Amino acid sequence: MTDPAAGIVVPQASDQDGAAVQRQAGNGGPAAGRAAAAQAVAATAVEAYPRIVAALIRITGDWTLAEDCTQEALARALARWPVDGVPANPAGWLMAVARNRLLDVLRRASVERRKLRDVAVLALTAATEEPVPDEEVVDDRLRLIFTCCHPALSPQARVALTLRTICAVPTADIARAFLVSESTMTRRLTRAKTRIAEAGIPYRVPRGHALTERLPGVLGVLYLLFTQGYDADGEPAFAEEAIRLARLLVRLMPEQPEATALLALFLLQHSRRAARRDADGDLVPLDRQDRSSWDRAAIAEGVRLIARLPEHGPYAWQARIALCHATAASAEQTDWRRIADCYDHLLLLQPTPVVALNRAVAHGCAYGPEVGLSLLAEARSGGRLDGYPLALAVEADLLERQGDRDRAAVLFRAAADRVPGEAERRALLNRARSG
Amino acid sequence: MSVEPPVLTSQPKGTDVKYMMLVCTDTEPDPEPSNHPDVEVWVAENDAAGRRLQGAQLAPASAATTVRVRNGQLLVSDGPFAEVKEMIVGFDLLECADLDEAIEVARAHPMAWAGRIELRPFAEFEQ
Repeated sequence: MTDPAAGIVVPQASDQDGAAVQRQAGNGGPAAGRAAAAQAVAATAVEAYPRIVAALIRITGDWTLAEDCTQEALARALARWPVDGVPANPAGWLMAVARNRLLDVLRRASVERRKLRDVAVLALTAATEEPVPDEEVVDDRLRLIFTCCHPALSPQARVALTLRTICAVPTADIARAFLVSESTMTRRLTRAKTRIAEAGIPYRVPRGHALTERLPGVLGVLYLLFTQGYDADGEPAFAEEAIRLARLLVRLMPEQPEATALLALFLLQHSRRAARRDADGDLVPLDRQDRSSWDRAAIAEGVRLIARLPEHGPYAWQARIALCHATAASAEQTDWRRIADCYDHLLLLQPTPVVALNRAVAHGCAYGPEVGLSLLAEARSGGRLDGYPLALAVEADLLERQGDRDRAAVLFRAAADRVPGEAERRALLNRARSG
Repeated sequence: MSVEPPVLTSQPKGTDVKYMMLVCTDTEPDPEPSNHPDVEVWVAENDAAGRRLQGAQLAPASAATTVRVRNGQLLVSDGPFAEVKEMIVGFDLLECADLDEAIEVARAHPMAWAGRIELRPFAEFEQ
């Protein structure tokens, strides 16, 4: 997604490699050259944007300035590359331009000596054209992720900041996903950045027990981001952003099995994206989806990732559940006993009402609706699922399989009245009718 | 597969943040008092590390006096300015590298278990 007029580049979806684009730029006329250059900028920005922003934040500590300088470098590329051709090292070019821009701004603002000294060092590094050692840059991006996902920020601020700063998603798109105006989202992002500075939230990757404590929070932000994209009325692009971030995290922290499990979970769920809706845009339940349209490459990657996971970890169990669905040849051949077993493990690690509800579904499919209904009653004990419409839908489904279609239809309609999303509402009404 | 922890760069020196650590009661304390850390150990460790600049336990809220001036007139009333279930019972003034260090200091205080702790940084003013 590229918007050259606004100078805003959203680095996503394009996997073009720099060399190929460079060739294209040389061949066509001016318009083709411009298009190819814009494509080259977008392709480079996918990888380069978070690296550059992360490096500039480390130097200045000023998030907005770091973002502005990076955006300006991208805008400069959009203007220069069609004329001069795409440089041999596009990412290095962007980094150098962003750094020089930062240097200019800081010089003009006549900041404290310490920062100026850093910039001087930086300028020297830039002049030698030495590529920055990979480890150092990798570390910067990890720092950025952990700071954006710091527990001292509100969960919503974490997601918004991650989307804006690491994924470079335009503020307007984030605002739409959160159902607020762009100016409100701009204020929220500014407040979050101010809070990082005022509260003293460090720009650092925690270590030891602190890392163990903080990683689930980071994975939780990615999970929220993915859900935001995966939900019926969500922003589909966010699911892809979540997958890209999970990939990055796995590359940067290969020793963390839960990060790998999360990536596998995303890939397996995302593999069904083309089958989740019918021609009218209505949601298609899992058992009625056209399995031939599932993304086989994504499933194969998920299978490979899960094969090397240790047993423990909530995301590892969720990924195994997703794996059972993704690898079943048909809905009837789904290994529900294995799924029920995975939910037993998951419930021990995450004793939440929603996990208990899903466990009731799995046991109902594996061992019959009576077992499912008794586990549903257990999950509901103490009124813990009151006001959760999907509990009604689960009960309806189990009753229907017991043969009580009238009661099932009533409950499907009651669930439809209570779900927030329009697509989910229509899917439940369909069940009430077809039941 | 690497087992090394990620490379870390520490914060630049001389940028310590001062935090007012407000020690408060809470209506739902941690249920296992035998697990709670010892306050003497906490004070000794943080004084030795130079992270705790000052601190004190406060007299109960019943000893508080609230002072206001409105239209030039002095208004003095007894009790705290807000009636809340959670009360401030003490404070410590910390100097830490960043919020993460302050959180580690706060979690080791017994009142993080028996009550709750609020970390409030000193306001920074642009020069």
